[in-house]
Amino acid sequence: MNQNDCNACGKCKDMEEKNTELCENLYTILIYSENTPGLLSQISAIFTRRQVNIETINVCASSTPGVHKYTVTCCCTRSMAEMLTKQIEKRIDVLQSNYYTDDEIFIIETSLLKISTPVMLADSRVSSAIRNHGARIVEVNPTYATAEKTGTTADILSLYNALNQTGAVLQFVRSGRICITKSTSERLDEYLAQREKERAQPEANK
Amino acid sequence: MTQTDKTVNMEQITGAEALMKSLLNEGVETLFGYPGGAIMPVYDALYDYRDRLNHILVRHEQGAVHAAQGYARVSGKVGCALVTSGPGATNTITGVADAMIDSTPMVVICGQVGAAMLGTDAFQEVDVVNVTNPISKWSYQIRRAEDVAWAVSRAFYIARSGRPGPVVLDFAKNAQTALVDYQPQKVDYIRSYQPKPAINQEAIEQAAYLINHSDRPLLLAGQGIELGNAHNELLALVEKADIPVGCTLLGLSDLPSDHRLNKGMLGMHGNLGPNVQTNQCDLLIAVGMRFDDRVTGNLATYAKQAKIIHFDIDPSEFNKNVKVDVAVLGDCKQTLAAVTEKVHQIRHTEWVNSFEKYEKEEDEKVIERAIHPKDGPLLMAEVIRRVSEATNNEAILVTDVGQNQMFGCRYFKFTKAHSVVTSGGCGTMGFGLPAAVGATFGAPDRTVCLFVGDGGLQMTIQELGTIMEQHSPVKIILLNNNYLGNVRQWQAMFFRHRYSFTPMLNPDYELISRAYDIPAATVTERDKLDEAIQTMLTTEGPYLLQCAVKEEDNILPMTPPGADVDKMILEINDN
Ligand SMILES: Cc1ncc(C[n+]2csc(CCOP(=O)(O)OP(=O)(O)O)c2C)c(N)n1
Ligand SMILES: [Mg+2]
Repeated sequence: MNQNDCNACGKCKDMEEKNTELCENLYTILIYSENTPGLLSQISAIFTRRQVNIETINVCASSTPGVHKYTVTCCCTRSMAEMLTKQIEKRIDVLQSNYYTDDEIFIIETSLLKISTPVMLADSRVSSAIRNHGARIVEVNPTYATAEKTGTTADILSLYNALNQTGAVLQFVRSGRICITKSTSERLDEYLAQREKERAQPEANK
Repeated sequence: MTQTDKTVNMEQITGAEALMKSLLNEGVETLFGYPGGAIMPVYDALYDYRDRLNHILVRHEQGAVHAAQGYARVSGKVGCALVTSGPGATNTITGVADAMIDSTPMVVICGQVGAAMLGTDAFQEVDVVNVTNPISKWSYQIRRAEDVAWAVSRAFYIARSGRPGPVVLDFAKNAQTALVDYQPQKVDYIRSYQPKPAINQEAIEQAAYLINHSDRPLLLAGQGIELGNAHNELLALVEKADIPVGCTLLGLSDLPSDHRLNKGMLGMHGNLGPNVQTNQCDLLIAVGMRFDDRVTGNLATYAKQAKIIHFDIDPSEFNKNVKVDVAVLGDCKQTLAAVTEKVHQIRHTEWVNSFEKYEKEEDEKVIERAIHPKDGPLLMAEVIRRVSEATNNEAILVTDVGQNQMFGCRYFKFTKAHSVVTSGGCGTMGFGLPAAVGATFGAPDRTVCLFVGDGGLQMTIQELGTIMEQHSPVKIILLNNNYLGNVRQWQAMFFRHRYSFTPMLNPDYELISRAYDIPAATVTERDKLDEAIQTMLTTEGPYLLQCAVKEEDNILPMTPPGADVDKMILEINDN
């Protein structure tokens, strides 16, 4: 299976040929903005208007002081991803917005599982699943144990499915995806440097 | 700057007065508004600035925003509206949305409850920033008097630069009354905002190459040319490379109507030639237009045979509706000039002449009978053409929405730039009357002719009060057909003549007009029309001329919604 195919929406499951204009893939949209309040709702409104569902979203300060980074994943066509990023970038306080396929980024996602201790003791599949998936137990008490698993969405879901068969899972939570681009150039830094140069030429800003 | 200099330059004033100074700094001369509780400190400050800021009291906040739009469209300056919180602000929503989709520079300042009360459902509190975010270019809440100078300058910079649009400033009451050490500010750089993208030489080369290798080029001229003041650059390009032009609704005064290369209006009710030839040309050159569905019709068959070049200042317009071969990003005043330098002086005589056939057909089947009817009731088209000619085709056309708008745009003629004020993307009934008021302030030396229907006039009819008070010289031509005509036409064509709530019982508009001290007349007969128009135009100040036009007239030609752009209907059997 093409690694860009989206597991979450499955819309392209029945399509004969992948990667056509119509084919929907999972895209990761990375947005850098000034740290102004209210931008999240502006960004999410752009997805709503184009009828694209946000699969995951993560917002935090970036490595550049004063700049916030949004990591959004969604299933859509390439031309839609292109339009979404352009419309997002149009918002005044957005510095940059770009979309990526999974092969262009290093991805990580984390999860927490709350597991029933009595089931874990009674059913050996629980501890073997935890071991086999390389999950980490962070707490155990007579009622429950807490496990942490970091990896790809598929890794995490595989652990969850294995544990869920045993009836041990009391709670499960996945974080949104975070990622770093594989590119050797830093687009944001280049943009900021370019803008700093242009600041000196007021003509370019009229 | 030394410490002492700084203190000398500073003065302690209220945030409300800081707003006045900031507006003056931005060159504001006229603003349209309506007071109320949460904006009272601003109105109090305004009282002392009446000699420098001309505030026009409208009769409804929707009137304020449309007037600001009309002002902006004809003057090229940023229109400004001032209203109170809650209902005052929500009454401006239609105008903000309208200005957004039609790229009109405007700043709306509305009052807001004090910052301490925000989010408590205080009296007349509405979350204006969130309501307006998706329909404005920028929406910002001023919560501290210290931010006034910066926020106002930023607002005007954003509204006027790049692709213009509306900006909303939500001005909390505590920030209006608090004292501040006022220092003027000039925002002309925002690092996250690039209003004027750098020109890509490669795109210029590619565009010139395609133009030089085209036998049948067609240029689609949009409002971008008006907004970028690129009229001369457009003319230079099309004359050098002999390119016929079709104009969008908002681009109708991009070049004179009678220019030999102006082949008329695009779109659903546009002219036959440019629409049919869109699917015949080998190169489509779109300039400052956005391939609206009212222009393209069915996208699946739209200009499939042609290469497409798109000039625009907004990168998010490229490939949005129509996939393009060359995207020329930038201010079209510069990009057009750059391309013109590289194109060859050529003639496309046969291609240019090929429009004649369609002109002749449209003349015979549609235009002649619309502007020179032999008998029967008055027709909208003839009234409009006569008014246009009586102004030497030099007036500003303002329209409302409906048949009056489509006839107005088809039959009015233009010799000057910045001459069309109409609600394009939003199609807002009620836009016309207040927009015309704004136009008289934006272009005080020009004649402003408003064509409005009996439906749309009543949507903002209260602005007759503004016209009375200001003695604004709006020439109101009411095209009364006793119908919501445009909807009635669709009912006739697509809903088996089932006239569901489109006939309308009308009041005596002459009486209403006179009640507002606006001279009025009604014309029903063809041989009285010219005289009535002359009286209207020579009467100083406002005037309302009611024309009793044919009730069930149809605006033709027409590309039915979703149909192919070259499949225009010229005639319908409507009886
Ligand atoms: C605010 C608003 N409401 C409804 C419509 C739908 N609409 C479009 S044209 C039209 C009829 C307009 O009638 P009138 O003003 O008499 O103009 P006519 O078409 O008869 O010239 C209507 C109801 C609209 N465009 N705007
Ligand atoms: Mg009507």
